[in-house]
Amino acid sequence: MIKYFKPSIFILSTIPFLFITYKIFFNKLGPEPVKEITHFTGEWTLIFICLTLSMSPLQKFTNLNNWIKIRRMLGLFVFFYASLHLLTYVGIDYRFSWQPILDDVVKKKYIFVGFAAWILLIPLTITSSQKMMLLLKQNWKKLHRLIYVIAILGSLHFIWLSKTIYFKPLFYFVLITVLLSLRINFKRIFEK
Amino acid sequence: MIKFKDSEITPENIYKNRRSFIKSIGLGASSLAISAIPFANKSSASERDKLTSYKDITTYNNYYEFGTSKSDPYKNSQTFKTTPWEIAIEGEVEKPIKLSMEEISEMFVSEERIYRLRCVEGWSMVIPWMGFSLSELLSKVNPTNKAKFVEFESVYDPAQMKGQRYPVLNWPYNEGLRIDEAMHPLTTVVTGLYGKKLPNQNGAPFRIFIPWKYGFKSAKAIVKIKFVENMPTSSWMWASPREYGFYSNVNPNVDHPRWSQATERIIGEGVWAPRVKTLMFNGYGDEVASLYNGMDLKKYF
Repeated sequence: MIKYFKPSIFILSTIPFLFITYKIFFNKLGPEPVKEITHFTGEWTLIFICLTLSMSPLQKFTNLNNWIKIRRMLGLFVFFYASLHLLTYVGIDYRFSWQPILDDVVKKKYIFVGFAAWILLIPLTITSSQKMMLLLKQNWKKLHRLIYVIAILGSLHFIWLSKTIYFKPLFYFVLITVLLSLRINFKRIFEK
Repeated sequence: MIKFKDSEITPENIYKNRRSFIKSIGLGASSLAISAIPFANKSSASERDKLTSYKDITTYNNYYEFGTSKSDPYKNSQTFKTTPWEIAIEGEVEKPIKLSMEEISEMFVSEERIYRLRCVEGWSMVIPWMGFSLSELLSKVNPTNKAKFVEFESVYDPAQMKGQRYPVLNWPYNEGLRIDEAMHPLTTVVTGLYGKKLPNQNGAPFRIFIPWKYGFKSAKAIVKIKFVENMPTSSWMWASPREYGFYSNVNPNVDHPRWSQATERIIGEGVWAPRVKTLMFNGYGDEVASLYNGMDLKKYF
């Protein structure tokens, strides 16, 4: 069973990518296609952040170790979709014209936090291998807690770009807040 | 009946042919890599002026009364009742009047007016509106000497307008102009587009269009026009005064606090089309810049 679990999750995780690729090449993205791609890849990044963060609570509640076995792969998909999202913005939307991009990163807070979140994903991606895990020992765990910061930055990125307060950005913000608060050890706090 | 001249009723396929003709020039120019010669530059200028398709104009709308997603207005406005419809012109005027849509159609002749619409979100369309100058309508009343601004109030009807059941904005939608802006010949009362009756999702039966301002200034489904002494607070100013000013002139040099206004995407141009530079006053500077002489447009954004 477990033999098929991980490969199936891998295949499922590529579906959004295949879906958007199909839509791009068959011109099915409507009047503002670049915005569609940007929003699509951005939202899937947030979904994978939430999935990644759900694995250890799921393991706690179900007592099954399988969740932890796919966590790292889901984390790599966060980087994959976040990079597609960034590439859409830099490459397709702004066609690598660095001056306006740089202006945006410095001046616009939603772009600043989004870009910061992507930068923070890089060390996590580089140190994702088994080898690195052994090399970094207990520091590995500490380093990978960066995903909590990334999750918060990601949800702020979504809230700050919306024209009015919409349901979706708040939904992800609440979901991420809940997933992060599940990690707080209330028992320990109250015993102190 | 709205009176159209025969020449104004152009079938969409002719618009389309015009588009493909311009497109072929553009393609030819770029494939020969002669973008540096004047002809190619000219062709790229007309590229940005070509008409947006009827489909995109009528299915990609910001009209929060019918929902916040771009496809909502088309989906949710088809059964919206636009008859009977009355427009009241009141406030600081000697004698307030009320006109029905029928009377308005009798009194004013609509003509084709092709204007670029620049949305504050950073996209634009080129729309062949049908309409006449708002000044013609406003000249039917005599404002008192107290009148300095004109306020536009849109219809409030949550039973028919789904979006008004949620406090996304303070309903009814409210907009305003300075009197000289309202009287400017470019400020248009819109009655149709592409030679056809104005679709509900585009603001039927009575909307205005101010080509040099961001799209949200052009209120839809208007029921009341009020001359007032003090600057009105528009719905968007009320929602976020830091982000949406009273003037809201298209200005590439003044960013929205959260995003840049220097460039825009042209609707319907596809994935691989580049952004284009946004023009001061949306390209209508020759006509309207004098309205703002000596004003700091960064302060009065």
